[in-house]
Amino acid sequence: MNLHEYQARALLKDAGIPVPDGAVATTPDEVKQIAQHLGRPVVVKAQVHTGGRGKAGGVKIAADASEAREVAEKILGMRIKGLTVEKVLVVPAEDIATESYVGVIVDRVSQQPVMMVSPAGGVDIEEVAAKTPEKIFKAAIDPRYGLLSHQAMVLAFRLYENISQVRQAATIMQQLYRAFADAGGSLAEINPLITTREGAVIALDAKIVVDDSELERRPAIRELRDLTAEDPAEVEAREAGLSYIKLDGNVGCCVNGAGLAMATMDLVKFYGGEPANFLDIGGSSSPQKVVTALKIITGDPNVKSILFNIFGGITRCDDVANGVVSATAGTKLARPMVIRLTGTNEEIAVDILRKAGFEALTDMDEAVQQAVKLAREAA
Amino acid sequence: MSIFIDHNTKLLVQGITGRDGSFHTREMREYGTQVVAGVTPGKGGQQFDDAVPIFDTVTEAVSTTGANAAVIYVPSRFAVDAMYEAADAGIALIVCITEGVPVLEMTRVLPYLRDRGVGLIGPNCPGVISPGQSKVGIIPGQICAEGTIGVVSRSGTLTYEVIHQLSKHLYGQSTCIGIGGDPLIGTNFIDCLTAFEADAATEAIVMIGEIGGTDEQQAAEFVAAEVTKPVVGFIAGQTAPPGRRMGHAGAIISGSSGTAAEKMVAFERAGISVMKRPAEVVALLQERVASHHTV
Repeated sequence: MNLHEYQARALLKDAGIPVPDGAVATTPDEVKQIAQHLGRPVVVKAQVHTGGRGKAGGVKIAADASEAREVAEKILGMRIKGLTVEKVLVVPAEDIATESYVGVIVDRVSQQPVMMVSPAGGVDIEEVAAKTPEKIFKAAIDPRYGLLSHQAMVLAFRLYENISQVRQAATIMQQLYRAFADAGGSLAEINPLITTREGAVIALDAKIVVDDSELERRPAIRELRDLTAEDPAEVEAREAGLSYIKLDGNVGCCVNGAGLAMATMDLVKFYGGEPANFLDIGGSSSPQKVVTALKIITGDPNVKSILFNIFGGITRCDDVANGVVSATAGTKLARPMVIRLTGTNEEIAVDILRKAGFEALTDMDEAVQQAVKLAREAA
Repeated sequence: MSIFIDHNTKLLVQGITGRDGSFHTREMREYGTQVVAGVTPGKGGQQFDDAVPIFDTVTEAVSTTGANAAVIYVPSRFAVDAMYEAADAGIALIVCITEGVPVLEMTRVLPYLRDRGVGLIGPNCPGVISPGQSKVGIIPGQICAEGTIGVVSRSGTLTYEVIHQLSKHLYGQSTCIGIGGDPLIGTNFIDCLTAFEADAATEAIVMIGEIGGTDEQQAAEFVAAEVTKPVVGFIAGQTAPPGRRMGHAGAIISGSSGTAAEKMVAFERAGISVMKRPAEVVALLQERVASHHTV
């Protein structure tokens, strides 16, 4: 789960990290009030779950409160990479001397948390890693002990020469690791970590991604989820226990299992079509899940044909068949549907579907080819 | 022969009385797995299906029954301690089916198990099956057949799809392993490749990867350097958008890293035959196994 910048900075602040004053707003008038209260030039920053906000025009400087209001009018409601800006963060414009990067992730190769820093901050860190890897410094963290002081100091000396700033940055790194661990993070970063003309070290931006598996035991973090910042269909899917990601194609896919769902999308592409979505109905799926899945897929106006691909293991094919039948009972489906199922209770499922007027295939390639063809004919 | 599990595997089920645990214990027993014990705290002294003794603790179960492998079906909030408990009881191989174990917990669990010489498959995996001998986990037994192909995969149902293709065309399997879809897992591709390479009963290997991380790239380097048996590979997620988690916690393209394309290139470079679609596994094996025989 992604946190907004304003949520992440609140967690960093709680951990003791210096962050600029400021507040979040949803209307231009609120923005004006906050800017007035700050009493100096401000930066208005769009709060959306995507990178590249600055390039998209979602981050703007304003000299005074009335300009802040004007800027906010443009930013609030704008769309960045398909997401509507509902909130902005208003912070004082800082006088920046240097910009660095500080971040912690769980490294899949070493299977440990790793603190990474770079004196080349304020830009896309992936780019720094690709072009100038010598500018990135890392320390592996033993999760039993956390980031040790001397580890943090070694990294901080890579950023600053001034010993006061080195100490400030080292403390911030330890606080960042604690905030990361306490939030159940899979990533926490400050980009940029700045020094001001006065020599203070401040977190000017904040990003935290929480491991979804941590949410069950962290109700306070769970409550930070902003449903307005997500695709409504994806929210509905998650609440129904489905995993759904909307894509741009026209073949709607309904599959059990994430690997098979990806392979199905790939096969749609292989046969010349474009998948409209990733959708995993999961194991032990009930008919109700299938009903919700079909509702979500048909809610996408781009979908021209619907493809079911079910390999029954824990998922019983008859459950899926019953779901298809009850989802379509009484209404005529507006899009053609191809159903492939094989495995547990396959014969029962085929029988249920046939009685309801549906054909069922057993071969994945054949089903995908048909679905692609139907989508093309309907387009 | 086979890898990781065989006739001699004496299995203990953690969470044997739960919904998933009880269902799959029946399936495993029907398949012929020696299920010697179950553990559910508070139900010690009872019998599962009048056949499997239930214990309150893993230590008690191990000392009474001599179980040497454990499978975990408990809910995610109990799964971490279930792994520690099995390790402390002297279990040699743990298979964790449970999905949703926090990654930061795994950063502590993995060194704990490693220090004690305990093997872990998973978490968030379908388990292992050595056809005709034993199955531990949830892979449907009826789609498998005895044979000489080793299968290793990060996925569940996609693995079933490939096994189904293999069995349908009379390529039986020595062992099939689902290593799990999480970012941090125990047994990885290289561990399985090492075991298959050493296993006399395995003639060729099918490796099924997906987007996210670099395990497949490292496995490819290992194949090039250490594996003499033919390897056929597949990568799921060629159409996956970057930055989105595709169901599995580990299936995410971060920035430009972890794409299907880069993994397929790594496979090809290592001499692994790359399937463009799952059904191609048979044709590629035919090429590779035949040519392998003629070398």
